[in-house]
Amino acid sequence: MIITQLKDIDEIYDMIKPYDKILIAGCDGCCQPPRSLNEAKMLGQLLELKARTESKSLKWKAITVLRQCDDRIVATTVKPHAENYDAILSLACGLGVVMLNKVIDDKLAFPAQNSHFGGVQNNGENYFIEYCEECGDCVIAETGGICPRAGCAKHLSNGPCGGMVDGMCEVGGYTIPCAWVRIYERLKKFNRLDLFKKYRPPRDYRTSTSPGYIPIYKEYGNEEEEEQKEEAKA
Amino acid sequence: MAKRPAYSQLCKAIEEGHFVFTGELEPKKILDLSEIFHSAEEMKKTGRIVAANVTDGPQGDAYMSSLVPSYLIQEKVGIEAVWQVTVRDRNRVALFGDVVAGAVLGLKNILTLTGDHTALGDHKKGRAVYDIDSTQFCEMLSIMIDEGTDYEGNELEGGKIEMNFGCVANPNSNPREPEILKVGRKVEQGVDFIQTQTAFDIDEAKDFLKELEQFNVSVLLGVFPLKSYGIAWYFDKFIPGVSVPKDLLKALKKAEKDNKGNKQGKYAALDKINIEFFNPFIEEIKKTTKAAGIHCMAVEYERLFEPLLKKYPKYV
Repeated sequence: MIITQLKDIDEIYDMIKPYDKILIAGCDGCCQPPRSLNEAKMLGQLLELKARTESKSLKWKAITVLRQCDDRIVATTVKPHAENYDAILSLACGLGVVMLNKVIDDKLAFPAQNSHFGGVQNNGENYFIEYCEECGDCVIAETGGICPRAGCAKHLSNGPCGGMVDGMCEVGGYTIPCAWVRIYERLKKFNRLDLFKKYRPPRDYRTSTSPGYIPIYKEYGNEEEEEQKEEAKA
Repeated sequence: MAKRPAYSQLCKAIEEGHFVFTGELEPKKILDLSEIFHSAEEMKKTGRIVAANVTDGPQGDAYMSSLVPSYLIQEKVGIEAVWQVTVRDRNRVALFGDVVAGAVLGLKNILTLTGDHTALGDHKKGRAVYDIDSTQFCEMLSIMIDEGTDYEGNELEGGKIEMNFGCVANPNSNPREPEILKVGRKVEQGVDFIQTQTAFDIDEAKDFLKELEQFNVSVLLGVFPLKSYGIAWYFDKFIPGVSVPKDLLKALKKAEKDNKGNKQGKYAALDKINIEFFNPFIEEIKKTTKAAGIHCMAVEYERLFEPLLKKYPKYV
């Protein structure tokens, strides 16, 4: 899931203030907590009230779509609705907002949310926690399926650090378990401390340089054809 | 790996079999280094403190960089520095640049640290770097010193880096096994010495030192004399993994309360408590463990050096 949080209502209102009519688009995709039609409607009502306090009227309509990060879905489901509105307010993660701006290029789309991380809410826990930071160089085969990058405030490859106290992390006031202690306990359980003892060399940050870009031919095994093209060019 | 020569006075003194002491200096948000120099001079005068650690933004706070004070205490005071370098604020490019600069300035010891996270310091909105971790920094230093190249193998021209470097270990770590295994990884990357976080529990410290014996690396156990109740309270509350014994806290509080308005009396009472606690502590470590010495973190507490160290022979 992509963990998101609603921005402060004043910040959202400032974004849409110059416009009289806005389309509020929820997203049924992977946003967590859910930001669907109900949430879009609720946000519309809040913004309308806020506008009234400033003696303004705000016209809005709430919709929701399957996924805002899919260009075809946006073109067929959001774009037709957007025609009669001045701007779009998106309740998707950052991907969705960027896609709205790209596909509906005659309107500005604004983010109602901050996107945080790829994470989950475990059953019975009252928080979301990051599990993957999409680094492009997965190491969890050696760490008992626990990511030391997403899980450790210092992204250590060879933890734990001195900020671990009684198995908890110094960042966050000792409320979050130290990823490296979790890794240690898990590997110990499977009698695989050989993996824990292993020195891990520095990470290659080229795998996560922005903007992320992966030519799709690599995925489909067309390298030979591409190489031939390159050679022909040369 | 062949053992690296002892380039620093600290490593030479350990090699010669002395029970060594190192001190600690903490350049904070200052432009005037006179107090740091004064403290370094007092350490030098003892004849028993061979080198002084110079801290690098402890607790994640924005302080003066440790490079220049490390150089200046060597130049002006003549005491060797243990230059603390964290990987919190610099990527591998900056670390390389700083280490080479430090070598040119004649620094001989580096203490590698991860560094307290910026989230704990006074610039909480800042981005913590941690490009490489402290174990990888050890590998980088081994390559720079022993092979004369940068981390990627590009040659370093015009001489050789003659430095020794150490890492830290935490005797208060709970659970302990992952800490020991982590120290093992660092030793594998060629550290010359280990300085530990402060210990107050003698049995725990002895156990920890026993476990470190397997690595065959010189260990300096950290002790932290408590200059005032306030410092003890802060240390107990805010330094990760350190707890000051309740009795010691109580005694310090009482000493300050009993001597309200009487500065000399207060100092005498506080010093007495520290000496009564740390003298037997250090003696026990010297007699019963293989520790190479003591890292005495008596920051700005120079008057304790003489009574605390007088029973040990001068060697510097």
